Amino acid sequence: MKQATGLLTGALLATAAFSVGAHAEGTVKVGVLQSLSGTMAISEVTVKNAEMMAIDEINAAGGVMGKKIVPVVEDGASDPAIFAQKATKLIQDDKVATVFGGWTSASRKAMLPVFQRTKNLLWYPVQFEGNECSPNIMYSGAQPNQQIVPSLKWAEKAGYKKYFLIGSDYVFPRTANLILKKHIAKDGLKTVGEQYVPLGGTDFSAVIAKIQAAKPDIIFNTLNGDSNVSFFKQMAAAGMSPEKLPVMSFSIGEQEAQAMGTKLVQDSFAGWNYFESLPGAANKKFVADYQAKFGKNAAITDPMVHGYLDVYAWKAAVEKAKSFNPDKVRAAAVGLKIASPMGDVHFAQNQSLVQTAYVGKLQPDGQFKIEWKSDGAIQPDPYDPVAFPNKSCKLH
Amino acid sequence: MLDLPLLIGQVFNGFSVASLVVLAALGLALSFGLMRVINMAHGEMLMLGGYLAYLTFLVVPGPLALLVAMPVAFVGAAAVGAVIEVSVIHRLSSRPLDTLLATWGTSLILQQGARDVFGPIGVSVTAPDWLNHSFAIASGPLAGLSLPATRLFILLVAVVVLAALGLFIAKSRIGLLVRAVNQDRMMAAASGINVRQVDLAVFCLGSGIAGLAGVVLALLGPVTPSVGQSYIVPAFLVVILGGLGSMVGTTIAALILGLVSALSQIFLDVSMSQVLVLVFVIVFLQFRPQGVIAVRSRALEE
Amino acid sequence: MTQTPFLSRLWIPVVLLAIAAPWLISGYELSLLGRFLAMSILAIGLMLVWGEAGILTLGQGVFFGLGGYALAIHMKLAGLEPGSLPDFMEWSGITALPWWWVPFKSPVLATLMVVVVPGVFAGFFSWLVFRRRVVGVYFALITQALALSFATLLVSQQGATGGFNGLTNFQTLYGFDLNAARAPVVLYWVTLALVVVCFAGVRWLIRSRFGMLLRATRDGENRVRFLGYDTTPYKVVAFTLAAMLAGIGGALFTLHAGVISPALVGVVPSIEMVVWVAVGGRGSLWGAVIGTLAVNFAKDEISSYLPGAWLYVLGLVFILVVGFLPRGIMGLAEDLTRRSARKPQPQPVEAPQ
Repeated sequence: MKQATGLLTGALLATAAFSVGAHAEGTVKVGVLQSLSGTMAISEVTVKNAEMMAIDEINAAGGVMGKKIVPVVEDGASDPAIFAQKATKLIQDDKVATVFGGWTSASRKAMLPVFQRTKNLLWYPVQFEGNECSPNIMYSGAQPNQQIVPSLKWAEKAGYKKYFLIGSDYVFPRTANLILKKHIAKDGLKTVGEQYVPLGGTDFSAVIAKIQAAKPDIIFNTLNGDSNVSFFKQMAAAGMSPEKLPVMSFSIGEQEAQAMGTKLVQDSFAGWNYFESLPGAANKKFVADYQAKFGKNAAITDPMVHGYLDVYAWKAAVEKAKSFNPDKVRAAAVGLKIASPMGDVHFAQNQSLVQTAYVGKLQPDGQFKIEWKSDGAIQPDPYDPVAFPNKSCKLH
Repeated sequence: MLDLPLLIGQVFNGFSVASLVVLAALGLALSFGLMRVINMAHGEMLMLGGYLAYLTFLVVPGPLALLVAMPVAFVGAAAVGAVIEVSVIHRLSSRPLDTLLATWGTSLILQQGARDVFGPIGVSVTAPDWLNHSFAIASGPLAGLSLPATRLFILLVAVVVLAALGLFIAKSRIGLLVRAVNQDRMMAAASGINVRQVDLAVFCLGSGIAGLAGVVLALLGPVTPSVGQSYIVPAFLVVILGGLGSMVGTTIAALILGLVSALSQIFLDVSMSQVLVLVFVIVFLQFRPQGVIAVRSRALEE
Repeated sequence: MTQTPFLSRLWIPVVLLAIAAPWLISGYELSLLGRFLAMSILAIGLMLVWGEAGILTLGQGVFFGLGGYALAIHMKLAGLEPGSLPDFMEWSGITALPWWWVPFKSPVLATLMVVVVPGVFAGFFSWLVFRRRVVGVYFALITQALALSFATLLVSQQGATGGFNGLTNFQTLYGFDLNAARAPVVLYWVTLALVVVCFAGVRWLIRSRFGMLLRATRDGENRVRFLGYDTTPYKVVAFTLAAMLAGIGGALFTLHAGVISPALVGVVPSIEMVVWVAVGGRGSLWGAVIGTLAVNFAKDEISSYLPGAWLYVLGLVFILVVGFLPRGIMGLAEDLTRRSARKPQPQPVEAPQ
């Protein structure tokens, strides 16, 4: 009997002993929180690699304000509740100065209250559906008006009149398509169909039948992950490969294209704010450094570059603010010029990144050939003015 | 607006989905009829078949790779099935619910194993050229309807497997033993049949058929560590709907579910049609709790 | 049979220790403990329906989710400025509050819904299935399909449910500020109190005549029927109670985690819930609670150090516990204490069918 109580007390005390103290002299802790297991791991591990690489580079060059960065890596396990849980741990137990991470909107939404409550700062590297404006998040991934809307404008100029929208059933595709539909209608063109498939879905027979019946000029595709393989395969089997019926995808980057076999998706279009094939010495150096570290065939994607530049943006902002205090850091970050593989970029007043939009066409070697770029960098707007009028985001 | 090509196309798709699900469900139904256990790792036999097909396509070049992959996947999946039967299922044979849980553990390990060996992103098999076209109807009332060759091939595989299995059970000596054990386990054992071996053989056969399903699945989509999961729940529903261990019941149930799912997708999106299929099963059980084909009462078989 | 005596007599020190936890462990660990205790209420219900009545359900996440969403909907509405809609409705193109959201404006009604919605749904569903005598493996598989359908439905109805993101970002409940510094500790104590109440309630129930009938049904349903009892109502009540407990657990979990989403209610989470009880010992209430805590603390630790390893561990634990330790940790503890106390005696293996 005694043993049992002893055991329980012991267990409670042992867990208590695990807590780590605040940051030691000469170092500063930051959190790196991505899914290292589960369905999202494949994408998020590469972002973690890029973030860690930036931290290593900064440490090798003397750290931040003379302090060495100590990254605390945690696994979000592709589960939003775990993301919230681990964010709490990083901030409360590890006392990190800031956190880099998140991928799905679900993970960001679950973490947001944690960052607001603790007044900490999250750097979020992935394009998303907008409609969010929190002082405790730096949004470096594209807003809808920096990725999907420019791609639509490109398609309209290219003469496509009838649009078919297909996506995985979650928040980004549904919201992106809502915005697309409003723009398509406003520009006097036609949306001839809109279909969603559950995440990870593999059967597209009914969807393809509907595409055949609707006869679109182009498909706008926001399917996620492996569903893309099934979709392109079954499209090809039904005689509709991307060269016959163009497809514009928003979730297929270099890594995804190469993993699913370029032959399948060759000639399809993609809209991003970064392609591995972009010119510029900074990009060449970044690609070479990453591939020296993680294998010469490692693909470089848009979210990785955003994760990488987030770390540098944080460093620059800390040094400008001369403080690790999140409120001072985010104020300092606005308008601050940051050199990155995408060229010089900066954060706007609404804490989103000002960046250029590109449309690329997938080549047989797994790289995208740049077909079009926007007329200069686009100011981010979380609330698309056509779809969500009367809303705006002002943080500073 | 209901246009004819879409309707006919969906009936065809219903058959195509049914043929996949019946291949996935046959093994479950057969073993359930004999041993009253459900193998939750059965979906991973599909996955295994898919990966074996992928490996075969790497080794064997040319248009015949697919025909080589099928026996390879059958044997491979049957062998892994044998290991699972001996190590987990047989040990728990008198406790069906515990078998369910233990085989779910097995399924987790197999999935994570595949993730570590082949990577979390799916691998892909390219359908041979002789399957790479579709039969399109260009004019007449059915204009616009197109039937992809891969789907016709899957239908063919399902028909051949069903016919072969039917013949095997009706005519072969092992089939006779299977029928005997299925009818009355005790009597069969008493009359000298090695019930244990019959169990094992049927389990391997069922796993092998699931392996075959994995090969045809690879023609339609990527092979991922979790590919089995997307087919296993429909397969379970087919077993419930089909009745105990009956091949005919399983086939009819698969057809019903395939058609309900495909036809409802004319009006509904995929998510809603999934919900509808479950509702359909529950309503169906209100009228025929014993399933499509009743071999014996379900309530008295605890 | 259902109670392990040595822990039952220790409940006072254990509860005292648990009450003192806020002073003993760090804030983060307290938040984990609180969250896992909330989940253990679900496990207590699962113990009732699986351990006692022998009904294996692979769909408990559904009821967990219903409870969680009921409270989450209320909190979304409570934090809203008058005349505005929850943010996700706006970006889903919804212009008016769905009618079924309206009752959740009332805190009293919403709190009732936490148990009423899962209860009514579970009662209806299980009555439909049990009255046609669909049992055992069939029932388990149908509940699994239910979990899949429920998660899919939640995701696809984004305008009304928040879709894949679920519901997050809660500010107040019953007028209390959820972001206050004391909130986590208060929430922890409330959770602990509810665990004690549910534990005691179910303990009383399984010792009553009702509990006896459940066990009798588990061990030989037809025998009970031939004695003149209609077993269906008993099973429906057990399943319904378990669903209500799952609803309470889900609501508390939502408060602790600050989020409820389809990822927490689908097939895999539902089956993981069964692992908690299997590991702790399906025949014991203490087992349900201890199993929930043990599995989840292990998951938190292991996934921090070896992300990929967790699934192997989970899979192996499942096979080993079910195969060699069907009475879980509590069964093992009982055997060990008996062995040290007196000569070993053979233990009948409890194996609900």
